[in-house]
Amino acid sequence: MIRDALEIAKKDLLIEVRSKVLLNQLLPFVAVVLILFGFAVGTENRTLVDISPGIFWVIAFLSALLAIQRSFSIEAENQAKDGLLAYGLEPGGIFLGKVASIFFECIVVEVFLGLGVVFVYGMRLNSVALLVVSAAFATLGVASVGTLFGALAAATKVRETLLPLLVLPSTAPVLLAVTKAWEDGISSRIGIGDPWLGLLVVFGLIYLAIGLVSFGSVLED
Amino acid sequence: MVRDAVVMLGHYPVLISVNFDAFEGEVVYLYGPNGSGKTTLLRLIAGYLSAAKGQAMVFGLDAKADRRAIRQYVGYLGHQAHLYDDLTAEENIRFAQRATRSMEGDPLEIAKDLGLSPKTMGLKVHKLSAGQRKRVSMAIATMRNPQLLLLDEPHAALDEQGKDLVDQLMRRYASSGRTVIVASHEVERVKAASDRGYLCDRGVLIGPEVNPAKGAPRVAPQLGGAGEVDGLSP
Repeated sequence: MIRDALEIAKKDLLIEVRSKVLLNQLLPFVAVVLILFGFAVGTENRTLVDISPGIFWVIAFLSALLAIQRSFSIEAENQAKDGLLAYGLEPGGIFLGKVASIFFECIVVEVFLGLGVVFVYGMRLNSVALLVVSAAFATLGVASVGTLFGALAAATKVRETLLPLLVLPSTAPVLLAVTKAWEDGISSRIGIGDPWLGLLVVFGLIYLAIGLVSFGSVLED
Repeated sequence: MVRDAVVMLGHYPVLISVNFDAFEGEVVYLYGPNGSGKTTLLRLIAGYLSAAKGQAMVFGLDAKADRRAIRQYVGYLGHQAHLYDDLTAEENIRFAQRATRSMEGDPLEIAKDLGLSPKTMGLKVHKLSAGQRKRVSMAIATMRNPQLLLLDEPHAALDEQGKDLVDQLMRRYASSGRTVIVASHEVERVKAASDRGYLCDRGVLIGPEVNPAKGAPRVAPQLGGAGEVDGLSP
């Protein structure tokens, strides 16, 4: 299963490198939204710093949706998904590979976005460890739920509109927890003992486990 | 072996009480108008679709319950290329080799046999012509030397040389004791290379017509009945 996961992740990331969707579309999207929020709230306003964790994660989740959609649109082109099934790859391996590639792309976006909120909005980083670890588990949760629902939505004709409707409500607890963890991370030095981080770890692992167990039937049926 | 199979597309029956057999070492062709159910039957046998009623057995295995096990014995060339547009032809073949754990053969050599030059293999798939894509897909479908080869419109988009390659491939497979099921509109061409044929008409399978030049099937049924073929028992 791990070998299959590595093959899928390698293949997806190679397609990403070749198509440059992350570089040419996702990062510009993030930059535009970041600037628009700045215009809307006002960069001189103290409020912008206070709400920057919320803005960060809303943009990060929307970007993740685009990455998930992209990950499954490459399988829909030429019915490549049928090829994956024909090769006899483990469904769990396909799931983990997709989660890994989406996770990696999201992390790249979040680093870019992080630089934006620090240098454009002036967000402070008091507990870097808490910010990094909570971001990792939140991204894991979103990537897991997104991969599962991405496969489900890909089988329908309304995949572009269905995916956000499935993913955003399911990841609302993750959005809440990571925003709270980040508020703690920028305002104090609680560190990785933050209770919201515990919640994120639980959500991340539960979503990963549910995806691993149910991805096979979603992919085949 | 397909018995009394009904396949539904929503509320619409695409296959209606279909019975179908294919035997070891033979080429069976399906013909009929567009939308008559040829592709659906191939996808049912490949385990991509499930029968709402009836049964599909491949190598003694249930095509629905055991579809992952069946797929290691089946090569499927569909309407769609099953390729990634942003990867080169060679990268697509290499990925398929790693995914199927069939590392024998250099992709460039495999492709050369199918009339693809090294230069073509270095191009991204979206830059290839439909015929070149078909050849890459054919390389992938046959790389594991499957016991059962399912070909859906294999001649479409190919030039005469490519069509001859497909015919040679079908003959080579059958002569080595493997089975080929082919759906094609090139009826005369596949008829000559086939042992038997079925007409698909609005979801109903009519036949078989036996090719008198080929005679009766050479070996007992391979598709259906667990343990009938050495090495393929579940």
